[in-house]
Amino acid sequence: MAENRLHKYLRKEALPTSFCPGCGCGTVLNLFTRAVDELKLDVKRLVCVTGIGCSSWIPSPHFLCDTLHTVHGRALAAATGVKLYNPDLTVVVIAGDGDILAIGGNHLIHAARRNLPITTILVNNGIYAMTGGQVAPTTPKGVRTTTTPHGNPEAPMDAAKLVAACGAKFVARWTTYHIIPLKSAIKNALKTDGFSFVEVVSQCPVGYGKLVGMADAAQQLHYYKENSLRIDSLAEAQKHPDKITVGNFVTL
Amino acid sequence: MSVRKKFIEELEGRKSFLLGDEACAYGAIYAGCDFFAAYPITPASEIAEKMAEVLPQMGGKFIQMEDELGAISAVIGAVWAGAKGMTATSGPGFSLMQEGIGYGVMTETPFVVVDVQRSGPSTGQATKPSQGDVMQARWGTHGDHNIIALAPWSVEETFYLTVEAFNLAERYRTPVLVLSDGEIGHLREPFVFPKADDIEVENRFYGEPPFFGGGGLVPPMSKFGRGDFVHITGSTHKPNGLRDVETQSVHDELVRRLYDKIEKNREKIVKTNLDAQSGSKFGVISYGVSARPSYGAVLQARRKRIKVDFLRLVTLWPFPRNQVREFTKNLRAVLVVEENLGQMVREVERFAQCRVEFFGMIGGRTPSVSEIYSALKGMF
Repeated sequence: MAENRLHKYLRKEALPTSFCPGCGCGTVLNLFTRAVDELKLDVKRLVCVTGIGCSSWIPSPHFLCDTLHTVHGRALAAATGVKLYNPDLTVVVIAGDGDILAIGGNHLIHAARRNLPITTILVNNGIYAMTGGQVAPTTPKGVRTTTTPHGNPEAPMDAAKLVAACGAKFVARWTTYHIIPLKSAIKNALKTDGFSFVEVVSQCPVGYGKLVGMADAAQQLHYYKENSLRIDSLAEAQKHPDKITVGNFVTL
Repeated sequence: MSVRKKFIEELEGRKSFLLGDEACAYGAIYAGCDFFAAYPITPASEIAEKMAEVLPQMGGKFIQMEDELGAISAVIGAVWAGAKGMTATSGPGFSLMQEGIGYGVMTETPFVVVDVQRSGPSTGQATKPSQGDVMQARWGTHGDHNIIALAPWSVEETFYLTVEAFNLAERYRTPVLVLSDGEIGHLREPFVFPKADDIEVENRFYGEPPFFGGGGLVPPMSKFGRGDFVHITGSTHKPNGLRDVETQSVHDELVRRLYDKIEKNREKIVKTNLDAQSGSKFGVISYGVSARPSYGAVLQARRKRIKVDFLRLVTLWPFPRNQVREFTKNLRAVLVVEENLGQMVREVERFAQCRVEFFGMIGGRTPSVSEIYSALKGMF
């Protein structure tokens, strides 16, 4: 069997991946790899910085570039140090919602405000998956998780809106169903001269889907298809709280 | 000539009335520090202020981060991008930095953390000095690990120990701590800037993979952009840097090597300051700011023709156990003086060959010579 031409971007000794069946992280790895390939980025100058959580494993260890896998929440702070010291490096953070919205939320706010050219891909699965399904800052109200057995009493946060408010130059949100526009958004983010942020609403059938009656990846993808609304303005997006609003919200 | 070298050349020979915190910043510059990240905190802020002024003038980078967690993380990122990095903080910030120190130990990232100790716990007496962090320095970050920590007792020594901290960090590829305190950090003393040529600076050893083991105690470093595709993780990893958190022997080999690279070089790392006389029956052991009045009390005793020996711990960690054993071998009793309720005295008790007494002061005041002398007199 001929080797896929994209395999050269992967760390072979780290394969197969440790992602659960149906995980959206594989889609993000696929699209990120294609974006890097299509932009002909020099992977020797590419640094992926990650924190703790399933999505941090997308580049570390799977993507073959310099990877700094930091402690929980600190990926953006470490990435700030990398980029500030050597601006010639392309610096990418791939992280989960618990990682950069909860424990590392402060670093996200300030990385967006500083606007150093760092590309951040937030893989939002709506749950703490690696630790076994605890409520996240992105879990919808009412959902029963292992730490909200009576239903989540809190409202979820809108990461894209937050990052846009902080001044980021490129802000987009797509789901793992929208692979073509998502890949384009990642490419746009990588080309942005300033902080760029792509939120990927991503399925976790094992850790989240099963809590909401979608224990199958295809069910979650179908849900994204039926319930997302393309709308390229954040102000307009606010008018549709019942939808997953997707689009390229900020393109400065 | 590099901008840094030119900058230092202009300082050489200059006589200054320097703040301890400023001496720390200049020591870092002499040692080649070109990245500094911090979060404001009294009594360490003057280090950041000096670095903010000086680093951009010589092509280095300064950043004030949103908190201490971010500051130490930015330093770690910059070091892997090729920087010589430092951060400075005080008690509450030092507590936050423990996660970064542990990550630095596990990933063998060389950098310097300065803790200008202040009176705690918690916010405590925000601006006042203390030596309450010496055990946190040793054990603050979780898991089995070893650490190097140095404690200056003067403005001048703050300069030289900061240089030494950078050198040890590079030599052993590990975070190194400088444990100053609010008194030394805010003290002004005369200082003459030395010639750069008289300062030994250890440079980073970049080499071939593996970067995380594979023979020898200290593997070579990589840096981002070299094409090494280096994989850095705080999880248990194999010599190639890739995770293996399941195999007992992988963790055992890694963590023992990290421990041993300091343990087996203990005698090379440890520095003490000894003033002993033959036939003494009593001794005083102290370090940092409290060593100053302690030495005063020793001299006072000698003026009264009582022989008292003095040992100052310059290196706190690894603990100078052999030096303490040797020092106390022929003594009847030793007095340990600290600005806390008794931390390093526990280590002294483990290794002393004589009776150990303790004099501690808290409340943000350094004990006076006469207070220590009174405690000393009680032992005679």
